Amino acid sequence: MRARTIILTAAAALSTAALACFAASAIAAPDTIDPVADAKAFRKYFTDKFPKVKLNDFVNGPYSMNADMRKQWEDMEQFPPYEFALEAGKEMFSKPFKNGKTYADCFSNGGIGIRQNYPYFDEKEGNVITLELAINRCREVNGEAPLSYMKDEMASLTAYMAYTSRGKPMDIKIPNDPRALAAYEDGKRYFYTRRGQLNFSCASCHVQSAGEHIRAETLAPALGIMNALPIYRSEWGGMGTTSRRLVSCNSQTRAVPLEPQSDEYRDVEYFLSYVANGLPISGPGSRP
Amino acid sequence: MSTIRNMALAAVLLVLGGGPALAASEADYKAALAAAESAEKDAATLRNRWTTTESALAAAKKAAATGDFEAATASAKQAEALAKASIFQASSEKERWKDMEIR
Amino acid sequence: MASTIRVRATNSGDTTVVQALIQHPMDSGFVKDAHGQIIPPHFIQQLTFEHNGKTVFLANWGPAVSKDPYVKFSFNGAGKGDDLKISWVDNKGATDTTTAKIQ
Repeated sequence: MRARTIILTAAAALSTAALACFAASAIAAPDTIDPVADAKAFRKYFTDKFPKVKLNDFVNGPYSMNADMRKQWEDMEQFPPYEFALEAGKEMFSKPFKNGKTYADCFSNGGIGIRQNYPYFDEKEGNVITLELAINRCREVNGEAPLSYMKDEMASLTAYMAYTSRGKPMDIKIPNDPRALAAYEDGKRYFYTRRGQLNFSCASCHVQSAGEHIRAETLAPALGIMNALPIYRSEWGGMGTTSRRLVSCNSQTRAVPLEPQSDEYRDVEYFLSYVANGLPISGPGSRP
Repeated sequence: MSTIRNMALAAVLLVLGGGPALAASEADYKAALAAAESAEKDAATLRNRWTTTESALAAAKKAAATGDFEAATASAKQAEALAKASIFQASSEKERWKDMEIR
Repeated sequence: MASTIRVRATNSGDTTVVQALIQHPMDSGFVKDAHGQIIPPHFIQQLTFEHNGKTVFLANWGPAVSKDPYVKFSFNGAGKGDDLKISWVDNKGATDTTTAKIQ
């Protein structure tokens, strides 16, 4: 009994010491937030890992990773399944609110061809503003009820707005403001943090296993993964928002999802969009 | 007298042994549920709850509603273990996320 | 109301390639809603493509076909400027029809 207690205590002490050492060495890692360096390294990781994939093609997710899937997708793009959502989105976008104003009044350039600027950091508010959030703010300012971030209407609207920006390079700005840098860093941390009982981080699938299979799906590379959103998923039988994708990714790792458009989700969108700067908007996308 | 004392002693030892020999009571369930819910509350503060913890909690409550405190207590204890694991995950990932970072 | 049928028919020589996208829920009748109630079956049973009064493509569908079905096929004997008539009937007796010009 005595010997066992001694051994147990010693083991505990050793592991605490080991943890302390590990923690200390981890803290010694660089402290400055350098999005430019991050983006460069991020890009290099994927272009090194997939030398045959053209840089701009990463935005096509699994289709940049698998030739057979690509062929099927190219066929589908001749007559895309998201046509109905696009048309619905266009109609919604042009329909005036009860007070006579339209979405065009809330966005620069009337909301056309501006999707690539989202998310942006609002320095007045100190927050990351995503396109979905901006749409609901527009609605509320004009006396309309906000749309669910998870349902068809928001998906159709963002699909239409993304479509008007197709081909334009992602253009996310991080102002020289410590709050913006902190939001970017928070998003980056969220991306790499393991969560859920399955203990996956976003990176587990979209960095370490990009191009490989998870069950029957081919995993998209994280580079440019925001550029195709919102996406028409055959699995969903319809168009789904960025919020929906983030929420479902969470539950797929057995993590209880956060509220749509939570700080963490907006921040991770900010991070992922920024590191894909220069890559073209390919939304709305279609996926298996 | 001695026999009864022995039996009482045996009963106490059995309970302390923690084996399933004695069925869990409603009190056991309530204690287990309280511990599980408290841990899950901490996990919620860390914004790192697991879906499986939630379903174990739900299963515990469902079993308790039918009077099956054996199963209810087991589920509640599992929920507590899962909640604690999710808390551990959140704390350790505070530094460990950097291991996965592309630099 | 806008047509549920989007169609594109392209002719080259004797062959016409037809693509059509049809807006329809195609509920199989096997899926339950959030309240646990079966969503009743609602799907296209017959889809017909006609050229010069002759049926060039006939599909007899059932619950296995997914929402917003897409069809692609080719046939011979038509030319540019010809009419192609598409119609469907579903299990509730609803129908829609449209005519497209072969490009």
